[in-house]
Amino acid sequence: MDTSSLRSLITGLKNGTFSSTELTTHYLKRIHEASSLNAFITIDESAALLAAAAADKAIKNGSAKTLTGIPIAHKDIFCTNTMPTTCGSKMLADFYAPYEATIVSHLNNEGTVLLGKTNMDEFAMGSSNEHSHFGAVKNPWDRSRVPGGSSGGSAAAVAANLVAFATGSDTGGSVRQPAAFCNLSGLKPTYGLLSRFGMVAYASSLDQAGILAHSADCLALVLNSIAGFDEKDSTSVNKPIPNYETTLTDSIKGLRIGLPPCFFQKEVDENIQKATHDAATFFKEAGATIVELDLKRHALWAPCYYVIACAEASSNLSRYDGIRFGYRSKNAKTLTELITRSRSEGFGMEVKRRILTGTYVLSSGYFDDYYIKAQKVRRLIQNELEQALSTVDVILGPTTPTCAFKIGSTITCPTQRYLADIFTVGANLAGLPALSIPAGLKDGNLPIGIQLMGAHFSEARLLNIANIYQQATQWHQLSPENHRGAS
Amino acid sequence: MSFQTVIGLEVHAQLKTQSKLFSGTATTYGAKPNSQTSFIDAGLPGVLPVLNEAAVKMAIQFGLAIKARIHDQSIFERKNYFYPDLPKGYQISQFQHPIVSDGQLKIDLGDGQLKTVDILRAHLEEDAGKSLHDISNTHTGIDLNRAGTPLLEIVTTPCLHSSKEVVCYLKSLHQLLLFLNLCDGNMQEGSFRCDVNVSLRPIGQQTLGTRTELKNLNSFKFIEKALAYEVQRHTNLLLDGQPIHQETRLYCPVKNCTEVLRRKENENDYRYFPDPDLLPIAIDQDMVLLLKKTMPALPADIRSSLEKDHLSTEDIDYLLTSPAVIQYFNDVKTHSHAEPKMIVNWLKGVYQAALHEQQLSFEQPPIAATKLATLLNKLQDNVISNHLAKRIFAHLLSKDEDIDFLIKTYGVEPLNDGKDLDAIIKKIIETYKSQADDYRSGKDKLLAFFVGQVMKEMKGKVDPAAVSERLRLMLREL
Repeated sequence: MDTSSLRSLITGLKNGTFSSTELTTHYLKRIHEASSLNAFITIDESAALLAAAAADKAIKNGSAKTLTGIPIAHKDIFCTNTMPTTCGSKMLADFYAPYEATIVSHLNNEGTVLLGKTNMDEFAMGSSNEHSHFGAVKNPWDRSRVPGGSSGGSAAAVAANLVAFATGSDTGGSVRQPAAFCNLSGLKPTYGLLSRFGMVAYASSLDQAGILAHSADCLALVLNSIAGFDEKDSTSVNKPIPNYETTLTDSIKGLRIGLPPCFFQKEVDENIQKATHDAATFFKEAGATIVELDLKRHALWAPCYYVIACAEASSNLSRYDGIRFGYRSKNAKTLTELITRSRSEGFGMEVKRRILTGTYVLSSGYFDDYYIKAQKVRRLIQNELEQALSTVDVILGPTTPTCAFKIGSTITCPTQRYLADIFTVGANLAGLPALSIPAGLKDGNLPIGIQLMGAHFSEARLLNIANIYQQATQWHQLSPENHRGAS
Repeated sequence: MSFQTVIGLEVHAQLKTQSKLFSGTATTYGAKPNSQTSFIDAGLPGVLPVLNEAAVKMAIQFGLAIKARIHDQSIFERKNYFYPDLPKGYQISQFQHPIVSDGQLKIDLGDGQLKTVDILRAHLEEDAGKSLHDISNTHTGIDLNRAGTPLLEIVTTPCLHSSKEVVCYLKSLHQLLLFLNLCDGNMQEGSFRCDVNVSLRPIGQQTLGTRTELKNLNSFKFIEKALAYEVQRHTNLLLDGQPIHQETRLYCPVKNCTEVLRRKENENDYRYFPDPDLLPIAIDQDMVLLLKKTMPALPADIRSSLEKDHLSTEDIDYLLTSPAVIQYFNDVKTHSHAEPKMIVNWLKGVYQAALHEQQLSFEQPPIAATKLATLLNKLQDNVISNHLAKRIFAHLLSKDEDIDFLIKTYGVEPLNDGKDLDAIIKKIIETYKSQADDYRSGKDKLLAFFVGQVMKEMKGKVDPAAVSERLRLMLREL
């Protein structure tokens, strides 16, 4: 059974080399064997096997679509009406949504087989997946290390070959950073390309669904089936969607790649710096021009992001009051106690920290100095990035300043941890598409990711560039298993 | 020392949209608790609001009616506070950038006194749900049917100075909303709610005094009473040299007083910020122009056109009590050549009494306007007497039948367009020639004699008023 790429799975199913039921059984077995990774919060075997049987029928009678029969997982931030949607929180540990996210519907209609819901940092707040009510997720490349976050469960599951691909959500880097830590290709599309309906909100103006997969090729196939306008999301954009597959192999000759020197400061792991420069050299040899970019506002990205993200989160998470759904404290005597205790007992530390920060920056007396200022800075950052992207086709840089760190190593210093996002939050603040692709290994086993960021709705170009890189390099094909086997 | 009362009003008008402001749920009043509550209304995780265009159009129409600025960009913001019947923990409202601002409403205070009330702003927002405290001794119920219902909050400047002005403004505003078909205006059901901000200042002083806000006022009568109480309370405190606290007070109709609900220092910091789930509302001028063209007639315009019909202020006020009344009046007028005054009298008198008895309104008129028009035409033409017209009206209330048929049924041979009556009158005048001459020379009282003779001849089956009118004419002519 060739499970090395999504395309080999599609071909295998189409040619009858194996059935979706066999494939599903195979992955379910792997999930059980890898349970110590803690990648999943919910696994629904019987539903998966039913879906696989239906997929096999569709394949037989010729009604199958591209992804029919492919076993996948959703980050547990996407509402599903067949299993719980916990968002990694005690608050929603028993929450069954009576509706499903638009992304989930798209993939159901495509005939994919949902194996389960993946672990995540609580309410997508975190970049290590240590902040989950359901426990930390381990990085399949080194189980003493984090897989990144907040889509850490999805990243671990795809990296360990427990599913073909998985959905994630990216508010400040939550798809790209775990992709970098787990040697995956991770895409955060343009704000508005994918519907946010049914994706539990963290920071609405920054949240965007994304995909974690083994290659740009796979990202393109999946994006084809989930992109598009949704009338249930007022911020989704109504415009024609290209076929992302058809431009994957376009030439990149004459491509202009921006490389900001500010992305190469001493705090950035030198292995990562080298891998990024190596990638730049590759593109140059493939016919691209490398242009030095001066991004003066880069130092403002992370502070700006944390003010806005926390402000929106503090409001988005107000609905968790223990009254209509979710965790309700049993120790409350009055209404005020009911709300405060439910929230105190139902939320984890990182969520509380961000709610308090957000409440503070929106409070009268602080609003102008923090929230309004951050909005102005956000506009400056947007303008600078848009301006830069009018002179170059893409901006290249590292995805993260470090490789996957040890579990527990940064838990005591949240602001240090927030710096893990210094390269990724810019795309969210400006609503730009960005992807992370594998570009090397540090010390022989720690994946390195590089990031490509493009103009609004330039996903086709980004996937094309990434695919050209992956056609010529093997980094993305390395898996924790075959790599260990090789070394 | 004497004081000037300064009052500003905030009216919350529920817009008559089919569905809620941000979801497709129906907004009918009085449905079973939570039966009109979608996942969006209940604020479940991951769901998103989608703006109801109809509410935006209504806000624009209101803005046009009060000659206000209609902003091509306005923004929804979140007003954050915890309350059990506020499902999301925030209310979607407009704060810094309302859809409508700087409007005016002219009100008539009576006795020829007119006043222009400045309307600072009107903005769109969603209503909260309701906490039901009386369904259980141990629990509070939450009904989210109202959650998400569109409201237009209409805020005046502090430009009103008496409860008379307040009530007059509120009645004019209420009437305007009704005529624009934006709000059903039902105060008991909370479709039209008013918060009153009141302060006092020594006459001549520019700066405003400390204000208190009065809530829970669901009738014009309560508003008057609450204001009277509150103004007296302020006066007493000021004369005593005591401070007035900025606070929100509830009116208690049972005790007829106001009581503190919360002090300013205990008010929420609402942490308003633009709702990232919603785009700014962009209004293009074409839509505004289109809405302008399709605006229903405003009460003020209707009034001036009715004045041309020589109707009294009282009659006009009656016709403007609701859009349905004036609509019915106009429908009758279109199909009838009866005097407008006659039509109004019938609507105010006989018709209104019938509606009252059957607990109906002109929105469900038991007798069609065209039918009434036919009846009033017969009356206008003296084909039937007023007495008979009322009997036929009563019949029509219970059963719709042809009027000519009814005239026959009720035993009165039609007066053949008055020709039979004329023949009889002619005969009588010829019979009593000298009395006729006396009448013509000034003995007006003799008219009654002639009426009596004609009535006798007609066996009473005719309206004496019609007879006397016709007699007057014919005595002069013959």
